[in-house]
Amino acid sequence: MSYDPVMLLEAYRRMRAIREFEERMRREVQMGTVPGFVHLYCGMEAIAVGACMHLRDTDYIGSTHRGHGHCIAKGVDIGAMLLEIYCKADGVCKGKGGSMHIADLSKGMLGANAIVGGAPPIAVGAALTHKTLGTDGVAMAFIGDGASNQGTVAESLNFSAVLKLPMIFMYENNGYAEFTGTGYHLGGADIAKRAAAFGMPAEKADGVDFFSVYDAVGRAVVHARAGNGPAAVEAFAYRWYGHFEGDMQKYRGAGEVDRLRETADPLVKFEARLVSDFDIGADELREIDEEIIELIEDKVAVAKAAPKPSNDALYTDVYGSY
Amino acid sequence: MAIKTYREALSDALAQEMRRDPTVIILGEDVVGGLGGTAGEDEAAGGTFGVTAGFAAEFGRRRVIDTPITESAIVGAANGAALTGLRPVAEVMFMDFMGVCLDQMLNQMAKFRYMFGGKCDVPVVIRTLMGAGFGAGPQHSQNLYAMLTAIPGLKVALPSSPADAKGLLATAIRDNDPVIFCEHKLLYGETGEVPDGEYLVPFGKANITRSGTDVTLVAFSRMVLLANKVADKLAREGISVEVIDPRTTSPLDRDAILASVGKTGRLVVLDESDPYCGMASEITALAATEAFSSLKAAPAKITPPHTPVPSTPHLEQLWLPSLERIENTIRATVGKRAA
Repeated sequence: MSYDPVMLLEAYRRMRAIREFEERMRREVQMGTVPGFVHLYCGMEAIAVGACMHLRDTDYIGSTHRGHGHCIAKGVDIGAMLLEIYCKADGVCKGKGGSMHIADLSKGMLGANAIVGGAPPIAVGAALTHKTLGTDGVAMAFIGDGASNQGTVAESLNFSAVLKLPMIFMYENNGYAEFTGTGYHLGGADIAKRAAAFGMPAEKADGVDFFSVYDAVGRAVVHARAGNGPAAVEAFAYRWYGHFEGDMQKYRGAGEVDRLRETADPLVKFEARLVSDFDIGADELREIDEEIIELIEDKVAVAKAAPKPSNDALYTDVYGSY
Repeated sequence: MAIKTYREALSDALAQEMRRDPTVIILGEDVVGGLGGTAGEDEAAGGTFGVTAGFAAEFGRRRVIDTPITESAIVGAANGAALTGLRPVAEVMFMDFMGVCLDQMLNQMAKFRYMFGGKCDVPVVIRTLMGAGFGAGPQHSQNLYAMLTAIPGLKVALPSSPADAKGLLATAIRDNDPVIFCEHKLLYGETGEVPDGEYLVPFGKANITRSGTDVTLVAFSRMVLLANKVADKLAREGISVEVIDPRTTSPLDRDAILASVGKTGRLVVLDESDPYCGMASEITALAATEAFSSLKAAPAKITPPHTPVPSTPHLEQLWLPSLERIENTIRATVGKRAA
């Protein structure tokens, strides 16, 4: 597979944006400034970005409760996301969705989804729209190892196989479903095989390595876009932090997180390849880092200072007409 | 105007809307039938109860989509399709089966507009079959519309006549909110006059099927037929019953109910669903809290008991509100003994 250097720099920018965004959210949660539950994507940046670099605005994704990374990877505006996470009137969902429901249909983002296994059937419906209207668009569902056990995922696999829908099942195996490891919760221990059992191509990828994800998803998207039906990729990465911020993580062995940060950092891995194989200078990447840090600093400040929805907003947008 | 069955009226509305709007699709179990069998791919069902018979021939299988038995995927796919530009009409064959796909109704379609800040339409219709009296037993007979009515974001329609079946279904398909369209299985063979051509019945507008002055009888779905019968009989005894069919429970035409109760001073609600937390409870509460000064008698509820629907034929008849029970409740409410 060939790699356009412009695409690679954009991928780096998005991965760095996810990392800085999430690290900042972590500090903000610790300071108590963020309402509700927040689930961070650190450690998994290469999956969302490696997958979404193949998608257009007219392609759809269904996301999870851990959705910030998917949003940024799909091109949702970071300022609008922060306004939403702070539940402000100008948020991308007018402040009534919050962290777990960020959606932006104009970017093909069908919503983070606070129900584990809630989004895959919805993404299947977006794939059905593409097929019905005869476009070459695709839809993708991000599915954690925990969600892979939900019946909705099995139904979505079968439904899209039977109807030959342009659908990609993007599994993110991070080793934990909430506080329980895959060693316990995952019957058969092989998610890709489950997808393959429905007669679709299913690959495994190293979710810490951008190139591994990008290559595997590239093949899946080509397959789906060409009208050959669904495909699946199971990417393995690590959730650096808890299920949600505030999780005491008693299920992790001592030093696990520190070790992961040392040995399984998708950004470190990506940068090494960019510098060694693509003639991209570290100084160029540091410039991107600075821009991102500055952007997030600005947008967090804007979000904190922005007006809340008015009390009337309680009653709006329940129905289109009633 | 032609005499048609409820089933034919439903077909009329679906065909009318599919001809009018190419983004309307139908998906569900055996809406066509025949795929994968040994007899070829010809239509083998046309819907379990024949409502979509001939649709695949006219509209093609791309728009009339047979699905596996997979309610969460059917409703979920309808949700995703609705968010992305189609107007899906999905079938959940029996309302009881909503037990396996409730998340897609409760947490997804009902919430999209609100939690996405109003930046989407959700034009999805779920057609479903409900109701007792068919000997279908505890898992194929329930009337769960009150439960759905209590979920903000959903609309709930309950056609009681062939004309309303056509007019409400066309309205449901054109509506930009999710609509749960509840068809009573015992009404499918009922006949009535159905307007020809495009016909729409607005949501939230009750139908006063009998005008009266002594007592207001609010009834839903198939119970409207029983209510009309009782009203006609009691009229001959000199009791004037006003029958109100709200047609939709969400939105609910509270004004029509309160206006009628204001006029009659008496209220009976006839509801083929559970006595607890149902429409009968809701509407008697409405009268008690907002029309108390008009009331000349305590509002009464006529519902089945708080039990599942038995398969046993005579027990199922006992479960259903009977004409006699409706008559007696009304006589008691207006303070007259049986003649």
